[in-house]
Amino acid sequence: MAAPLTLLLIVAVTIRAVLFRSSWAELISERVEVVSPLNAWKRVVEGLALLDLGVSPYSGDVFHETPFMIYLFHFVVDYAEIVFMIADGITAVALYLSIQTYNKNVFRKQKYALESDRYPADCLELLRSPKEMFYIPLKVAMFYLLNPFTILSCVAKSTCGLNNAIIALFILCTLKGSALLSGILLALATYQSIYPLTLFAPALLFFLQRLYIPVNLRRSSFWFFTLQYAFIYVGSLVVITGLSFFLLGSWDFIPSVYGFIFSVPDLTPNIGLFWYFFAEMFEHFRLFFICVFQINVFFYTIPLSIKLKEHPVFLIFMQIAIISIFKSYPTVGDVALYMAFLPAWSHLYRFLRNIFLVSCVLLACSALFPVLWHLWIYAGSANSNFYYAITLLFNFGQILLVSDYFYAYLRREHHLTHGLYLKKKDGTEATLVLK
Amino acid sequence: CWGKQNLKSLLKLIVIALTPAAARDEFQEELVIRPLHSGDIYASFQFRTLWDTDFLQEGQKVSHYRLFPKSLGQVLSKFSVRELHISFTQGFWRTMQWGQPFIPSPPGAELWVWFHDTVSDVDGNWKELTNVLSGIFCASLNFIDLTNTVQPSASFKPLGLGNATDHRFLRYATLPREIVCTENLTPWKKLLPCGSKAGLAVLMKSEKLFHSSFHSQAVHIRPICQDEQCSSKAWELRQTLNVVFDLHTSGQGKKEWSLFKMFSRTLTEACPLASSSKVYVDITDNPELFELSPATPLLGQAVVLGDRRTYSVYDLSRAETFGQLRSFNLLLRWKGDSDMLRPLLHAERYVAGFGLQTGEIHTVIYNNHPYRAFPVLLMDSVPWYLQLYIHTLTVTSKSRDNKPSYIHYQPAKDRHRPHLLEMLIQLPPHSMTEVTVQFERALLKWTEYTPDPNHGFYVGSSVVSALVPSMVAMRTNFTQDQPLFSSFVPVKEESSYFVRVYTEPLLVNLPTPDFSMPYNVICLTCTVVAVGYGSFYNLLTRTFQVDEPSPPLSKRLANLIRRMRGVPLLT
Repeated sequence: MAAPLTLLLIVAVTIRAVLFRSSWAELISERVEVVSPLNAWKRVVEGLALLDLGVSPYSGDVFHETPFMIYLFHFVVDYAEIVFMIADGITAVALYLSIQTYNKNVFRKQKYALESDRYPADCLELLRSPKEMFYIPLKVAMFYLLNPFTILSCVAKSTCGLNNAIIALFILCTLKGSALLSGILLALATYQSIYPLTLFAPALLFFLQRLYIPVNLRRSSFWFFTLQYAFIYVGSLVVITGLSFFLLGSWDFIPSVYGFIFSVPDLTPNIGLFWYFFAEMFEHFRLFFICVFQINVFFYTIPLSIKLKEHPVFLIFMQIAIISIFKSYPTVGDVALYMAFLPAWSHLYRFLRNIFLVSCVLLACSALFPVLWHLWIYAGSANSNFYYAITLLFNFGQILLVSDYFYAYLRREHHLTHGLYLKKKDGTEATLVLK
Repeated sequence: CWGKQNLKSLLKLIVIALTPAAARDEFQEELVIRPLHSGDIYASFQFRTLWDTDFLQEGQKVSHYRLFPKSLGQVLSKFSVRELHISFTQGFWRTMQWGQPFIPSPPGAELWVWFHDTVSDVDGNWKELTNVLSGIFCASLNFIDLTNTVQPSASFKPLGLGNATDHRFLRYATLPREIVCTENLTPWKKLLPCGSKAGLAVLMKSEKLFHSSFHSQAVHIRPICQDEQCSSKAWELRQTLNVVFDLHTSGQGKKEWSLFKMFSRTLTEACPLASSSKVYVDITDNPELFELSPATPLLGQAVVLGDRRTYSVYDLSRAETFGQLRSFNLLLRWKGDSDMLRPLLHAERYVAGFGLQTGEIHTVIYNNHPYRAFPVLLMDSVPWYLQLYIHTLTVTSKSRDNKPSYIHYQPAKDRHRPHLLEMLIQLPPHSMTEVTVQFERALLKWTEYTPDPNHGFYVGSSVVSALVPSMVAMRTNFTQDQPLFSSFVPVKEESSYFVRVYTEPLLVNLPTPDFSMPYNVICLTCTVVAVGYGSFYNLLTRTFQVDEPSPPLSKRLANLIRRMRGVPLLT
């Protein structure tokens, strides 16, 4: 499988290189759907220029990257394009390897379950065969590398690509079973933008499953491992934050980066739900709704972990999707990351209910975003409501997509335990509902 | 009779002995009329009160005010102000057509203050000072707050005494949107010792003054030395009013000006409290250009703005100036046209770009000196909602890169302070230098827009300060009898004079949200979030079950009856 992957990488790098050299690169790096105040390349350059002028980049309100980015780009700012292409390549390869490992795990578990006769007789057609699973890792890598969202994000040199690379490496290390590396990478991902904090739960569940520790709050083995993992995670986070302090000798980066993510002072339009909401917010309720919207990102973790404790990898997918939809400054690069996972759930196709509608909505919205932006900002014939409406629709489409896949996943699990062709009491064909 | 004389002198001695030693104060007024080459006419009033007292003395409160206005004196002592400069301007000074003004000012209101080093909370004092001044001048200076105040590090050095280098005690703010009207002129006139009843101030009638191309009234307060050795200090209050009357709107197209035509009044007497009251008319271009009447034998020469100019002086304290009719009306009649000497330093500013997302500010500075290069200090204060990108700053002269030798940049903090950019640029001779910087327009919260958001937002004028090489040697020695208009800016060296040029303010449009939509937006966004919440809630709390349809109504009724009868139920 190395050859197709290499070919894919070459094609992806070629597309990106061609776009970098064309006049589109300048245009794309200004698009608000692709860059946000948190990860725009223009702001990284501005921060470095401020540092050259002798002013702290965090003294103004233009630079919101972590000191790790200053460290990195101080040396490689001239080779930025190569850095971002390499980051995309790393993400793709990491996702490829992790999905490969995951598939192996899934197939092995399926084999054991089959041998111990745990599946009802009629659901054998739901089982996955190696033949169908063979090309999935390549498809995942392809879905990431050739996704127009990823290409746009890379050509715009948005640091979202680097964040995605860190998350992908974290997933790889988790799936390979290395708790130390996984903790360190998760700490790095959390340090970059706080939301990957919610990925702690699925990673923990995966390790517990791998080490055959039952998830029971009364057992000491559970707490022992949890504390170990938490210690690695929190410890690396503290070390990384401490090292950032020593770069500029001040804690200014904390309100500038994390305070900015949480309090959403900048209302630049993006594809998320926050900007217009807080542009039109009554001042009295601002703090309340900030808290509500931020809690909204984090509070699905515990219920989802309880429901999906046997399926930590699907939980990772769900968490990344929830972060991408509900975070304060989303961009299409975040959307591309969870979309890369979709081929891994291609066996759920028969249970998806709204997939046609959702794909039409997402395609239409992606096409309408630049049109309505142009009408608002340049032509002056539309106003902000038009762009806001498309934002709402796009997020609605994403929510439908994620909940559809969740429904399909749970339904397949139900069928695997109760049988595929269910019958009512009187013997006729039954329909399944959620009750 | 010896007894009477002795008694008188004895009485005088007793009176002098008994009167407390009052601080000496002195008032001078002057009017300079300068005909401009385009046919317009420039009139500059200056009223100066000098007072030997110390407002900042600890313990001693100044209570006996004579010529110095009490409201301003109290402001100075309460807020420990060392220098105060405030100006209200309507219109923009067209340097290329009118030359350099005696006292430059930007459109709108401008206030800059040096506080004394003993002040501990400068921001608190600044806030209170702006509110008090807004009451004194009936202007909305209360809009000055931390979001439009800057602390320039090099552009606004003290004009009076003081070896201050700590710019923490300096505050500068400008309100380009401020409109000047009669409401601001009236309290300004009330600060004068004679009010608007006698002296030159009778000419200030608002219906004529505001029907002009340019109107600027200012108050400048600073401590100065009384003599060469600076053995005694005094407080100087200068009130200046500069006005340019347009040839076509005020002059009805006729190149003939008189005091009556300009101000609809003539002068009848000097202010009795003034120690000197003079009218200067710039006749350097006479007699070819225009004819002046009544003629006067008094002539004066002054070196001002690097140029030696000749003036006809009319002394209003002498009765013969007013002639038989007891009224003094100047008449200037144009005879020909000529070219104006181009001003050596000139600056323009404009916004480039299209759309509501990004833009570029271009500042163009012209050095018209044929062979001398000189450095200028450019100060830009841009509001926080236009996010400047300093890495896009380019300075080009004669299409070549010109790197500034000193850059002081303080980036803005959203909703707290504006951008401050100060640069020292060397202007090559006879060249145009262009400074460009890109910015991005922010979307504000709906409550932060003015009631007319589509009018746009104002960006204050840039300030270009320079020491321009002078054609004529400037006088550095201090003389008391210098005319007021040439003694405003202290001259430190002979070969150059200080010039401050203000550029146009900018008007920038920002993207606006729909102001009628707050409730709708909250509802719609919460709906989408609730859709997400609802789907996840359903999938998390419910399980899949086989759908057993509920029996039809007839069956249910039948079962009910059967249960009552005690008979087995239907399935």
